[in-house]
Amino acid sequence: MAIPVDPQPKPGPPGPARRTRVVLAEVARVGTGAERTRAELTEQTQVGEALVRGLVRAQLALALRLSLVVGIGLGGLPLLFAIAPEVGAAKLFGVNLPWLLLGLAAFPFLVAVGWAYVHLAERNEQDFTDVVQRPER
Amino acid sequence: MGNAYTVPAIIVVTLVTVAIGFYGLTLARTTSDFLVASRMVSPTWNAAAIGGEYLSAASFLGIAGLILKYGVDVLWYPVGFAAGYLALLLFVAAPLRRSGAFTLPDFCELRLGSRRLRKLATLFVVFIGWLYLVPQLQGAGLTLTTVAGGPYELGALLVAAVVTANVALGGMRAVTFVQAFQYWLKLTALAVPAIFLVLQWQADARPPVTPVGGPVFPAATTVVVEEPATLTLPDGSFREVRPGEELTFAAGEPVPEISSVDAAGGLDWLLPSMAGDDDRGLFATYSLILATFLGTMGLPHVLVRFYTNPDGAAARRTTLVVLALVGAFYLFPTLYGVLGRIYTPQLLLTGRTDAVVVLLPGAALGDGLTGQLLAALVAAGAFAAFLSTSSGLLTSVAGVLSTDVLGRGSVRDFRLATVVAGLVPMVLALNVSGMDVSQVVGLAFAVAASSFCPLLVLGIWWRGLTDAGAAAGILVGGGAAVGAVLFTVTGPELAGWPAVLIAQPAAWTVPLAFTVMVTVSWATRRRAPTDVAATMLRLHAPETLRL
Repeated sequence: MAIPVDPQPKPGPPGPARRTRVVLAEVARVGTGAERTRAELTEQTQVGEALVRGLVRAQLALALRLSLVVGIGLGGLPLLFAIAPEVGAAKLFGVNLPWLLLGLAAFPFLVAVGWAYVHLAERNEQDFTDVVQRPER
Repeated sequence: MGNAYTVPAIIVVTLVTVAIGFYGLTLARTTSDFLVASRMVSPTWNAAAIGGEYLSAASFLGIAGLILKYGVDVLWYPVGFAAGYLALLLFVAAPLRRSGAFTLPDFCELRLGSRRLRKLATLFVVFIGWLYLVPQLQGAGLTLTTVAGGPYELGALLVAAVVTANVALGGMRAVTFVQAFQYWLKLTALAVPAIFLVLQWQADARPPVTPVGGPVFPAATTVVVEEPATLTLPDGSFREVRPGEELTFAAGEPVPEISSVDAAGGLDWLLPSMAGDDDRGLFATYSLILATFLGTMGLPHVLVRFYTNPDGAAARRTTLVVLALVGAFYLFPTLYGVLGRIYTPQLLLTGRTDAVVVLLPGAALGDGLTGQLLAALVAAGAFAAFLSTSSGLLTSVAGVLSTDVLGRGSVRDFRLATVVAGLVPMVLALNVSGMDVSQVVGLAFAVAASSFCPLLVLGIWWRGLTDAGAAAGILVGGGAAVGAVLFTVTGPELAGWPAVLIAQPAAWTVPLAFTVMVTVSWATRRRAPTDVAATMLRLHAPETLRL
C-alpha cells in the first residue's frame, strides 16, 4: 500500500517558524519501486498476484518440460524394447544394451536432469527477485 | 553358516547405532531439537541421512534377489527408486520446505485448512508407514536366519526393539546422525565386496552369465526341498519332489527348473519383455515405473526430512545430492544379482533369492578369511538397512501419532507414540508370514503414489484444489490401492489380467486419484480456501526476498 506523500510540505504558520520534522529516509523508503512491489506481493494486489502467477507458471512449465525429457528418455524404453526387440538384443562392450541403459546410464542421466532443474529453477527465482527489487517499473 | 564374524559384525552395527543415538541424545535439549534437529543439519549430512533412511531392505537385498530371479525387466526397480527423487525435486522439494509443514497432515492443514482432511492424511501416513515397516522387520528375521542360523522371530524382535528404543530416546537429531552413518556403511558394505567379487570373476576366467544350457552349479551343491514341486530336468523329463527331500548336484551340472519358484530363464532373463500377444508384462512395467517415480514423494519418512533444510533452495540442493547418492548405491545390487546367477544358482531352486547379497561373498570367494570378512560386512550392511529405514519410518509414524492422535506433540507424547507405533508392526511381522519383501515395498509405493502424490502436486501447483476434492481423491485413489494391497496379501490367487491389475495397481489408481481430485475440486470450487493467493506466494517466492 503506497502511502500518498505530499511532495510540497505545507508552509508553516507565519511568524517564528516551527520546527518541522522531515524524515527523508522514510519518504524514500515508501517511494521506491522495490518496496511498493513487495507490498503488492504481500497484500495481493492485482500486480502482485500476476507476478506470483507468472513465477508459479514458469516453475511448473520448467518441471513439466524436464519430466517430459525423462518421460521420453526413460519412459519410452520399455515400449522401444517391446516394439523393436533388436534394440534390446543389441550389444555394446559385450553387454546387452538394456542392461547398460538401465543398470548404468539411467543414474547419471537422472542426476544431470536434476542438476539442470536446480540451475534453471534458481534462475527463474532470480528473475522474479529482479523484477520485485527493480527500483522503477 | 560357520562364519565366525557375521554375528559380531551385526552386534557392532547395532551397538554403534545405539551409541550414536545416545550421543545425539546428549545434544537434544528442547522439543524443537528433539523433533526437527533444530534445522541445523547441513545439506550434505541431511542428504546422506535421507539416503540412509531410504535404502531399505528392499534396496539392499530385494533388488539383487529380483534381478537374480527375473533379470532385465526388474532393473526398473532401482531406476524408479532413484527417479522418485527427481520427481520429488521437480514438483515438491522447495515449495514443501517453504510451506513449513513438518508432516503430510501438516501440509493438508496449511494448504487447505481442513481438520478432517488432516485426520484422513494421518490415517494414510500410519498405514503406509506400517506397510513399509513390516517387510523391514521380516527382512531382518530372514537375514539372521540365513547368516547366523538364528530363529526368524529373534531377528525381527531385535531390530524392532533397538529401533523403538533408539527413536524413543534420541529423537530425530539422533536419527539424523545415525542415518548419515548408515548410508556410508551401506554403500561400503555393497561396494567393497563388489570389487572383490568382480576380481574373483576375472580370476575365474569370466564364466558366462547366461551359458547356453542355462545356469550351472559352480560347485557340488545340496538343496533341501521345502515344498512339493515338479523339477524340469535338462533332458526335458519331469520329476516330482517332496518337502525334506535332498537334491545333490555335482559341479558343472545344469540347474533344473522348479515349478514352485517363478523365475525367468535364458533369454527371458537377458532380454526385455517383447510386445505381442501378451501386453501384461508391458503394463506391469509401466505400472511399476509410475508407482516408484511418483510414490517416493508420498513416503512419510522422506518428507519429514525436508523440514530440516534451512530454506527452499537448500531443500532442492539436498534432493539433488540425495539423487546422486542413491544413484551411486543402485549401481551395485545389479552386479550382485548378475553374479548370483553364476555363483549362487541354488537360490533359483529354493526361491530365497533375497539372500543372494548375503550369500554371494561366501559362495564366490570361498571360506577363506577374505570371504568371511566380506560376508560379515555385507550382513552388517543389511542390518544397517533394516535399522535405518525402520528408524525413519518409526519417527514419522510416531510424529503424526503424537501430534494428531495423542496430544500436543510434547516429548513425552512422542515417546509414547513411538512405543505404540513400534509394537504394531512387530506383532504383524511375527504373525504374517509368506509376504514377499520387495513386493510389499512396491505396494507401499503404489499406495503413496495414489494418495499423497496427487495431493502434493495439485496442492502445490493448482489453486483450484479444495479440501473436498483432496479427500475424495485420497479416498478413491488411495483406497483402491489399499484395497489392492489387502487383496494381494490376504486374497486368493488370481490369473491373467486381474492378477496384473491387482499386483501392480499404480497404472490405474494414480490416474484415478488425479481425476477424482480435480473433478471433485472443480465441482466444489466455492470451497477453495480464500487465502490461496497468500499460500502460493509463500510456497513459491524465494526466501531471499524476505517478504
